[in-house]
Amino acid sequence: MQNPASEPSRRGSMMTDPKVRAWVFQILAIGAVLGIGWYLFHNTQANLAQRGITSGFAFLNNPAGFGILQSLIDYTEGDTYGRVFVVGLLNTLLVSVLGIFIATIVGFVVGVARLSPNWLISRLAALYIEIFRNIPPLLQIFFWYFAVLRAMPPPRDSHALGETVFLNIRGLYLPSPTPAEGFWAFIVALVIAIAGCVALARWARVRHENTGRYFPVLWASLGILVVVPALFALVAGSPFHWSVPELTGFNFRGGWVVIPELVAITLALSIYTAAFIAEIVRAGIQAVSHGQTEAARSLGLRPGHILRLVIIPQALRVIIPPLTSQYLNLVKNSSLAAAIGYPDLVSVFAGTVLNQTGQAIETIAITMSVYLAISLSISLLMNWYNKRIALVER
Amino acid sequence: MSTHVFKPDLPPPTLSVGVVGWLRANLFSNWFNTLLTALALYLIWVTVPPLIQWAFLDATWSGSTRSDCAPGGACWVFIQNRFAQFMYGFYPQGLRWRVDLTVILAVAGAAPLFVKAMPRKLVYGLAYLLVYPWLAFWLLHGGPGLEVVPTSQWGGLMLTLVIAVVGIAGAMPLGVLLALGRRSDMPAIRVICVTFIEFWRGVPLITVLFMSSVMLPLFLPEQITIDKLLRALIAVILFEAAYIAEVVRGGLQAIPKGQYEAAGALGLGYWRMMGLVILPQALKLVIPGIVNTFIALFKDTSLVIIIGLFDLFNSIHQATVDPAWLGFAIEGYVFAALVYWIFCFGMSRYSMRLERRLHTGHKR
Repeated sequence: MQNPASEPSRRGSMMTDPKVRAWVFQILAIGAVLGIGWYLFHNTQANLAQRGITSGFAFLNNPAGFGILQSLIDYTEGDTYGRVFVVGLLNTLLVSVLGIFIATIVGFVVGVARLSPNWLISRLAALYIEIFRNIPPLLQIFFWYFAVLRAMPPPRDSHALGETVFLNIRGLYLPSPTPAEGFWAFIVALVIAIAGCVALARWARVRHENTGRYFPVLWASLGILVVVPALFALVAGSPFHWSVPELTGFNFRGGWVVIPELVAITLALSIYTAAFIAEIVRAGIQAVSHGQTEAARSLGLRPGHILRLVIIPQALRVIIPPLTSQYLNLVKNSSLAAAIGYPDLVSVFAGTVLNQTGQAIETIAITMSVYLAISLSISLLMNWYNKRIALVER
Repeated sequence: MSTHVFKPDLPPPTLSVGVVGWLRANLFSNWFNTLLTALALYLIWVTVPPLIQWAFLDATWSGSTRSDCAPGGACWVFIQNRFAQFMYGFYPQGLRWRVDLTVILAVAGAAPLFVKAMPRKLVYGLAYLLVYPWLAFWLLHGGPGLEVVPTSQWGGLMLTLVIAVVGIAGAMPLGVLLALGRRSDMPAIRVICVTFIEFWRGVPLITVLFMSSVMLPLFLPEQITIDKLLRALIAVILFEAAYIAEVVRGGLQAIPKGQYEAAGALGLGYWRMMGLVILPQALKLVIPGIVNTFIALFKDTSLVIIIGLFDLFNSIHQATVDPAWLGFAIEGYVFAALVYWIFCFGMSRYSMRLERRLHTGHKR
């Protein structure tokens, strides 16, 4: 028995079969991507040949021939472009780490203050958040750099804080420690103290699990961390000499100099990101329902314990993912440093090196992949942490 | 037999009601709170009076040159003097009515969309979206019947708005497509979309702008030269599309699976399912997220200073380093901050209101 109508419908089903269509779509999409890629590649090669630029990464071994304002490793003008890249990368990382550190502390303080029962404090925190998160970070950087730090007095009339910290147009001068006779004893003491704290925490946890008795690990650890190195320092002598900046002639000598560019960008990014972190912290704490607090209280926990054992662990679960993306934003925003001439990766590598060598594709590609790598590794790290503290569901 | 007569209620203790009660409950409930209050009051005392003194009491409000400025206070003469430049950049003076008209048309045209009782809102909105961009381009850039103003003369707040609005309008469709692609069943499409999204989200906008200004000319055939503003716009659109895609993905994930299955059971194909059932619900959910992305973009437009476009921020920055007005950087930055702040704060409040209004059906 044949059904004549089934013939065309089977041919039609070839066209409407989801599997076949999926294949066709995907092949078309891959073809389009490859086609565009080839088109761009072809044009680029033609353009490079026309301009006489040889592509490749050989330029990284050529001497750079320009100075850099601030370098965490030894750098002279004769060093290679490769070393310039490392210097820029380290400067970027320095801003990022400083910024993340300060923004986290300020953000948590402001976020908690936002929830304070004290009306005035909570209003002030809200004011801080609303002002700083609605002003572009670049504007804040320029404000601190051009309007505040560049308007500082010359070294002779520096603002001084207790004759040890100075602020003037050349930057912020801090006393710096240099190792003294007791330095190694101090390191040994620190290692012993940390090992002691770890052992104490283990012991306290085992005891807590076995007997239910609680031991104040945090305070005891802080005590150990202060007392042990102090005892060693008493015996072996001071671990550091403090080199205090001193005005000699027209400039300061000794101590650490933090260049105004670094101060401006760290300050601006910390303040800006802290406003976002504060909102995240507030939302995280509010996400823990009030029943948790009441239940903890009815179990007889003290307020400090309620906060530390019940509220914060649950709030952190809500806080960590958006906090991660704020950290990533801060790292990416650190590239704004280029606008005020702080020698970060974008400024020295994608800026100066690109202009000197003309190797646009290579420098931009390297710069972008560095940021991609940083973003990826921070998010992997935070995902790992997030998984570790995530709710274990039955 | 005597009945018990209730005595009238005593008033509450004076210390727990009224102003005193409020103060005791909110500011001085215990010693720690009192300490915090004192600290906050001190902070306000050291910052606010000098600020008011500087910005209002000692400030100079009228004049024409920097010699009119009184020392010690803010000099708003500087802002007044350069105000037109901050708004229009180097747009020819006689043609600035075109910019004004573009803005008026935008506001007047969009206004009916905010009227709740307006009939056929969707049709009107689509027509507006189709007609207005061409009209705005014709008015701003010029063309048949109007004198051409090259984009190199655009600047100020107008340029900031052009970049932000074109950026978000261009990024929207691309972002929605990317979000759909990321949730697609086809592995190749998914990989392409995920790579695209993660790439743009992983790099800072500055490097993207750098790329658009130095690499885009290398990517295209030699005879094609692209306008500087267009290059920045392409960079912004590609960059923002990735962020929009992630916002939209959040909305797509929030739509229950039953909606997809019901649409499939009705015999709708993929595009109809998405266009008629899923996207209308998903986009409604993510409107606040899109507004937030727009706020971020609005702040990020200030980065075009890197490639030498004269947006609001760069116009103001250039004015502060102008020798004729040296030394008024603080006034300039305060003004810039105020403009950005008003826009961003206004939009964030609007987004919060929308969030409450659109929050239908999930209320507890």
